[in-house]
Amino acid sequence: MLDYTKGEYKERSGLKVNPAKTCQPVGAMYAALGIHRCLPHSHGSQGCCSYHRMHLTRHYRDPIVASTSSFTEGACVFGGKSNLKNGLLNVFNIYNPDVVAINTTCLSETIGDDIGEIVRSTNVPEGKTVIYANTPSYQGSHVTGFSNMCKAMVTHLAENTEEKKSDTVTIFPGYVEPSDMMEMKRMADLMGIKYTMYPDTSKVVATPNTGKYEMYPEGGAKIEDIKESGNSMASIALGKFSSEAAAYELEKKCEVEPFIMKEPIGIKATDEFVMKMLELNGGTMSKDLEYERGQLVDIMVDVHNHYHGKKVAIFGDPDIITAMTEFVIDLGMIPTLVLTGTPGKAFEKEIQKMFDEAGLADSKVMASEDLFSFHQLIKENPVDLIIGNTYGKHIARAEDIPLVRVGWPILDRIGHGYFPIVGYKGALRIIEKISNALLDHYDRTCSDEDFELVQ
Amino acid sequence: MSELKKNADKFLDDLMEVYPAKVMKNRKKHVVVKEGAGQEIAANTRTVPGIITNRGCCYAGCKGVVIGPIVDMVHIVHGPVGCAYYAWGTRRNKGKAREGGQNFLNYCFTTDMQESDIVFGGEKKLKKAIEEAVELFQPKAISISATCPVGLIGDDIDAVAREMSEKTGVKILSFNCEGYKGVSQSAGHHIANNKLMKEVVGTNDSPVGKFSINLLGEYNIGGDEWEISRVLSKIGYNLVTTMTGNSTIDEIANAHKSDLNVVQCHRSINYIADMIEEKYGLNWLKGNFIGVENFSKTLRNIARYFGDEGLIARTEEVIAEEVAEIKDTLNSAKEKLNGKTAVLYVGGSRADHYQGLLREIGIETIVAGYEFGHRDDYEGRDVIPYIKLDADTRNIEEITVEKDEKNYSLRIPADKVDELKKEMPIADYEGLMKNMADGSLIIDDLNHYETEKIIEILKPEFFGSGIKDKYIVHKMGTYSKQMHSYDYAGPYAGFKGAANFAKDVEAGILTPAWSYLTPPWNKEPLLKGKVEGVEEAC
Repeated sequence: MLDYTKGEYKERSGLKVNPAKTCQPVGAMYAALGIHRCLPHSHGSQGCCSYHRMHLTRHYRDPIVASTSSFTEGACVFGGKSNLKNGLLNVFNIYNPDVVAINTTCLSETIGDDIGEIVRSTNVPEGKTVIYANTPSYQGSHVTGFSNMCKAMVTHLAENTEEKKSDTVTIFPGYVEPSDMMEMKRMADLMGIKYTMYPDTSKVVATPNTGKYEMYPEGGAKIEDIKESGNSMASIALGKFSSEAAAYELEKKCEVEPFIMKEPIGIKATDEFVMKMLELNGGTMSKDLEYERGQLVDIMVDVHNHYHGKKVAIFGDPDIITAMTEFVIDLGMIPTLVLTGTPGKAFEKEIQKMFDEAGLADSKVMASEDLFSFHQLIKENPVDLIIGNTYGKHIARAEDIPLVRVGWPILDRIGHGYFPIVGYKGALRIIEKISNALLDHYDRTCSDEDFELVQ
Repeated sequence: MSELKKNADKFLDDLMEVYPAKVMKNRKKHVVVKEGAGQEIAANTRTVPGIITNRGCCYAGCKGVVIGPIVDMVHIVHGPVGCAYYAWGTRRNKGKAREGGQNFLNYCFTTDMQESDIVFGGEKKLKKAIEEAVELFQPKAISISATCPVGLIGDDIDAVAREMSEKTGVKILSFNCEGYKGVSQSAGHHIANNKLMKEVVGTNDSPVGKFSINLLGEYNIGGDEWEISRVLSKIGYNLVTTMTGNSTIDEIANAHKSDLNVVQCHRSINYIADMIEEKYGLNWLKGNFIGVENFSKTLRNIARYFGDEGLIARTEEVIAEEVAEIKDTLNSAKEKLNGKTAVLYVGGSRADHYQGLLREIGIETIVAGYEFGHRDDYEGRDVIPYIKLDADTRNIEEITVEKDEKNYSLRIPADKVDELKKEMPIADYEGLMKNMADGSLIIDDLNHYETEKIIEILKPEFFGSGIKDKYIVHKMGTYSKQMHSYDYAGPYAGFKGAANFAKDVEAGILTPAWSYLTPPWNKEPLLKGKVEGVEEAC
């Protein structure tokens, strides 16, 4: 497996091998699914749209529907205006969404199609909404695309209509799973906090099978709530890379004060999330939530020996792995390598600060890097565990290192759409996964005389 | 299905009721209710924007389908990261390294173009990427596949390929398969065929054994090619190369030395089959490796082509032996599934190929269609002279080849070929429609709306299609099997493949989960308690 990857890491400037990121529009498509009765639309040639639907479908094992402008060569010469106009009219006639959220691709961006102008010149049916985000695939990553679409929701929809701000907090959940959004909402509910969350893909991409297909499932943030978010008292943007832009836009447009925070993954980040919500909104700390936190601490103490001191290499999307890195440090593990494909110096700085505070002088952080480098660096400095998405499985197999699947995409296991990794509950689940992975590996590789019944 | 035949007009109206006039006019040409012979269908035309097609692009057809499976090449995708990423390990073209050879199928290579590459051009980065690929991997050959922006910004990947090939000594093939070319994956097949013909086939003259054949248009999804070649070698054939499942660049280069091309996927590879015949005199035979009857017939045709008594006898022995092993599995599936109906909507060939196997387990195909088949894939190759190229496909290069005087030879005499043509599809394919029953529905470039409608109206028990519609169909209470990826199983080709397929379909249709769609409180009277939103318990 991966026989041609040798240990000597060397910087490359032309070739990416096994990327740890993908392109913008898929993130924008995912974000758009977090609006109720919204159909994502891809303004480019149709291959992109098919690929993005395919990848999201494989991750969620749920229908992911989106339309496309289906560029031909002619459209590349003359611009995609008529494709988009006809496309929008067909979409409203045939599929009747309330909202269409357009993303672009490297094709329409390179051509320079003016989406705003095209939308303005289109007869959008009464009561229907079209929003759009520019998502050039040659900048950033899928996380950037998610962020751009979240920002577009604010730009096109949020309105500051009241003199006085409401007692509602807007939560930008970031590029996380429907299960995570559900868990964040459950936590807020437990504390009696009023909130609006968008995008919100819970009940959109993890739907029940009832024998009846709903093209627009019951979930998704309602248009009127997104509009109303312009009147909210503050916004909490979870995950700098995926949510910060939307929060700043909401500040700029509607004077809603933003608070940029880590994804609430692990105990410290969850504590901060809880504290911020209580502080903003004067809710009461829920006894149930406090109980859950205590259970988490109990397990952290009880089984620390399963993972304390173990070396771990982490890759994935910046917001998820920033919080994961903090959590594994809190578990007493040693993150020797943290890597993302998404570009960003801010990421490297933040992780480096965590390393410095934990006294981890030999640990390495890299942004804009690929899994070929990740593998090379693991060969140079072996680890006990890998945390990352499905694309880590080749390395895990090649080096016989257990893999804990966290992040996006996970194409070969189930659970991520149904069970959270955020909050105290999610932290418990991460510990369970880490502990199981390490112990399963031990059980499989130890000698017979070291094989334990109780662990 | 006779009902559909009687009410064809009403059915079509129901199917299309929601379309705006212009769209309806367009779509009606792509839908045919089978009645007799000689019906025409519109195909290979541009996709209606906003209709929610299942189609992909030219890049997918070229790199994803035809070029990507070649195991010992480094396939560099020149473009932003997405195109390379989505084609990484998602199409299950399996492959192994040859002894002493290489296999890069688990790797994904891209130039990961950035904004500056769009602005200043990406040729420099591409050259650097090739240098790094050679240094790190020392591959036998390299491919460069262009993606959407490459054509727009004017990067000359052909020139880069020439220059870098000279510089590094590695064979470099460039493919101008920008996603916007043509109207579907199909354009990419054509572009890939052209390049393989121009720069690969005929460049290796290694000797080949007796009874040599090539498999064309077979991509070893889930190990299909291994199962087919297992049976072929058991009979006594030598497989020179497959295009392109589990193939190597040198093997493809040697294809012209073979005695016969057997074509599985007509759509993707017919160009090269024709060109090899023209240039090297090698006949091609349309085969079908799916289903016991089709596979057996193909094996018998191959044996008769060679006309060797030993081969013919051995073929019958092997068929008998293989069928004996799997017949219980097929019979038991048939007992449970008999009378069920299927919809098949797959790329450009499987919607035809699987109908026989489904019939063998008791399932009749009532609707079939392609994403990107051409009229000849539906109506048969006889219509090729009458197909008009439209503006969207006219720019896909047509190449012509000439007889290679040195290497041209007829493997069997021309009059013998003419005789055989009466009995078997040599250089011929009769298309999907011919074998479908009157009253069945043929539909091209099926979209999301029509998929829902067809399931609602026709209520099939089996929907064979792809990942994008699989879960939509499941939510409607109908089993959907992925006929591209085989739901991560396989092989489905050949004899053992037929048994695998039968078992998987049986499990899919009969899995106990289907009986739980309706919760008990919605179907049984409640003694105490009530269901929210319902006035009275029934």
